[in-house]
Amino acid sequence: MASVGKILRRTFLIGSAAILGGVAFGVYYVNRPAPNPLKPGKGEAALNPFVLIDQNGVTLFAPRAEMGQGVKTTWAALIAEELDVDLDQITVLHGPAAQAYYNTAMLGEGLPNKGYDISEFQHNLGEALGVIGKVISLHVTGGSTSMKDGFERMREAGASARETLKQAASDRLGVDRGQLKTASGHVIAPNGDKIPYTELAEDVAKLEPVEAPLRDPSEWRYLGQTQPRVDMIEKATGTAEFAIDVRLPGMKFASVRMNPKLGGAMNGFDDSTAKSMPGVEKIVDLGDGVAVIATNTWLANQAVEAIDVDWGDAPYPPETDAIFAKIAEAFDSEPNSTMRDDGDVATLPEGATEISAEYTVPYLAHATMEPMTATALFSGNKLEFWGGNQAPTFMQMKIAAAANLDTEAIEVHTTYLGGGFGRRTEFDFGVIATKIAMAMPNTPVLTTWSREEDMRHDFYRPGAMARMRGALKDGQAVLIDAQVASQSCTHQAVSRMTGFTGGGPDKVLVEGIFNQPYAVPNYRISGHIADLDIPVGFWRSVGNSHNGFFHETFMDEMAHAAGRDPLDFRLELMKNEHAPSAGCLEAVREMSGWTGQTPDGVGRGVAFTYSFGTPVAQVIEVVDEDGSIRINRAWIACDMGLALDSENVKAQMFGGMMYGLSAACFGEITFTEGEVEQFNFPDYDAMRMHTAPQVEVRVLETNRHMGGAGEPGTPPSMPALGNALFDLTGKRARRLPLINQFNLLI
Amino acid sequence: MATALKINGKQHQVDLPGDVPLLWVLRDEVGLTGTKFGCGVAACGACTVHIDGEPVRSCQVALSDVWGDVTTIEGIGTPDAMAAVQQAWVDHQVAQCGYCQSGQIMQAAALLAEKPTPSDADIDEAMQGNLCRCGTYPRIRAAIHDAASKLKEA
Repeated sequence: MASVGKILRRTFLIGSAAILGGVAFGVYYVNRPAPNPLKPGKGEAALNPFVLIDQNGVTLFAPRAEMGQGVKTTWAALIAEELDVDLDQITVLHGPAAQAYYNTAMLGEGLPNKGYDISEFQHNLGEALGVIGKVISLHVTGGSTSMKDGFERMREAGASARETLKQAASDRLGVDRGQLKTASGHVIAPNGDKIPYTELAEDVAKLEPVEAPLRDPSEWRYLGQTQPRVDMIEKATGTAEFAIDVRLPGMKFASVRMNPKLGGAMNGFDDSTAKSMPGVEKIVDLGDGVAVIATNTWLANQAVEAIDVDWGDAPYPPETDAIFAKIAEAFDSEPNSTMRDDGDVATLPEGATEISAEYTVPYLAHATMEPMTATALFSGNKLEFWGGNQAPTFMQMKIAAAANLDTEAIEVHTTYLGGGFGRRTEFDFGVIATKIAMAMPNTPVLTTWSREEDMRHDFYRPGAMARMRGALKDGQAVLIDAQVASQSCTHQAVSRMTGFTGGGPDKVLVEGIFNQPYAVPNYRISGHIADLDIPVGFWRSVGNSHNGFFHETFMDEMAHAAGRDPLDFRLELMKNEHAPSAGCLEAVREMSGWTGQTPDGVGRGVAFTYSFGTPVAQVIEVVDEDGSIRINRAWIACDMGLALDSENVKAQMFGGMMYGLSAACFGEITFTEGEVEQFNFPDYDAMRMHTAPQVEVRVLETNRHMGGAGEPGTPPSMPALGNALFDLTGKRARRLPLINQFNLLI
Repeated sequence: MATALKINGKQHQVDLPGDVPLLWVLRDEVGLTGTKFGCGVAACGACTVHIDGEPVRSCQVALSDVWGDVTTIEGIGTPDAMAAVQQAWVDHQVAQCGYCQSGQIMQAAALLAEKPTPSDADIDEAMQGNLCRCGTYPRIRAAIHDAASKLKEA
């Protein structure tokens, strides 16, 4: 245990750094500081990852990407809470790519515990492991970790800055620091005189930072309260800058086509027509694809479409059926993991009835509203990059490799993300934009993918299958034995990001099924990896996105087989296992007025998934309107442990649910001749205004640890809808998308 | 051959082939980037602008076919002087990633001009061409109702 104690010792420090005319706070490091990412320009200075105070005021460098989840606003509130500045006095900028912004919470999530039963020991170990994030530069926005990650760090930076500012005022006034107060960006002397922080900034830089305890939550002014989002006005007026909106002097516009047989070679191309098309400035041979640089994006796209390319074959079976046959084959292989193995699933308990089912879900595209887009400017020994990316340090490394430059020669500017959902953790679009810009040195080139290119060159949520076997006795589940088979997006992503082959038990493949808080005595979950080379990646809620559907559809099947109300059936198994989870089910029961009975023409379904540290229960109601089925209403209850901004949590919860419902109803990526068959929104549709349900969200705060918000709303939506359709029609949805089986309103 | 366009009250001479869609004239030529590209096939509404007050998908209107005055998101209000519908968007904290919202707002503004007190069914009808992958629909609906009542009071 001694070594664990050693790991647990908090080895990081909070520092400050002098800058020209000011001070920087929150320099945060393990043993030695991470190289400071902000390079001070003349007359301005910026040395630290988190907060900077100078003559112009307070600037926060948000180390997480804003992709719609409100992170900029809540990180600002974390700083403001301790620093005693008003929210509108803070300027929030995205920090550049830097090791100093490592994501502690994401590595902590890598521990092989179930999450809901996490002990203090494991929780601390999770934090300690977070230190490793620094070492491998895990500057990633993902895994619903932003708030868990920033919660301590940002407040500590704010508290230390406040007390050090007071120390500077104390020295100037000859008054004890304890007699000084702070408010709205000023230190206040006992006689009421106010000194603005900006005036003290230069003095503060000369002081050792003062360590200060964090305020008790009862004293909070911002946290726990809903704040107006700092990005809202820009986004309502068309002035927010996304990657596609970057405009630089002399800019050119490019369009790209990569092999639609994903991962296949390019054997050759004929660009004779394209070359002479209007606006065309250059055709770029990317080796595995082609691009056109032109004076206008549309002209570039017309020309790139006119290139006749001879594409090589894909390294996977060319048809969907053969791909799923490979996935099914994986069931016969040794399991990659058995993350849960309670009791004895080999023996059917005496007097129990057995039930089994097989489920299949398709590959899915992310389909962010803004297609993959990035700008690069190559000037020989330096490359500047503008993009919306969830992992800027990885992006920087990959661009450096593509440009054959050192990482220090790459400057990454992170813009707003026009949707991320996991797609923008990848760096393919950055590497492509880099290669294109290198063909035209000293000219900024904005590469915009067409929607078709984006849809057909994704890192898809893998198609997955589950074989479920259960047993019922006295109206209760006494056995669940589940096998899940799919490609491993973790192994693939690790290999893409680090160059090392990913290996070992893949927790992500079985998350959302092995770690659910049901007291079932005989419970085994095994994961099987399908050996396929289709590009797969992290899609909002990742493994939970299929496993939530598998587990909760099966719970519903078991409840019905037992003749039980599906909500009661779950609650009974949950109430002694994890009270916050049971609380979510009880909340949706009350909110929806759940009785287990529905009138003719109305169906209701319930589902529950514990993911990213947050239990979420949902009830969905469907109605039959002259043979067409509409999703009418939805109720969501989540337990955040601590909700820093409950309105923002609500937005994430219903947004996550809509994303899941879109996939459940319509989402399906299929293959023929090695190519994705879907091109654009008409064949990969989503929830729209008239098909989206009315929704009510309740945010609870009883869980022991702060949970994530961005993803946990997604997993239970799909089974809740499938279960509601069963209630309405008597037909069980064992495959997605539902549009193939039900007459849904479109 | 230069084409004359009136955009947000200002005259522009555009030197591009006549088949270039208005969207790409606005974004890459005129530099008005508030109007977004989402699909290129009129399936998402991110590129919605007004021509003579009528909401259109600018990815489907060729430069040579523009039949009237163009209004974009930049033309209906600014951060310092937002239109009522934009203010309602802020009040209801509608946007998440925000990429589709210019198009949503332009579509909603046209709806409110035509029907000052839209019903839920009117909103369903008018807004169903505007996709939002973040799923902000409940707040869009609330913001439209709110903007309608504010405009009525004004």
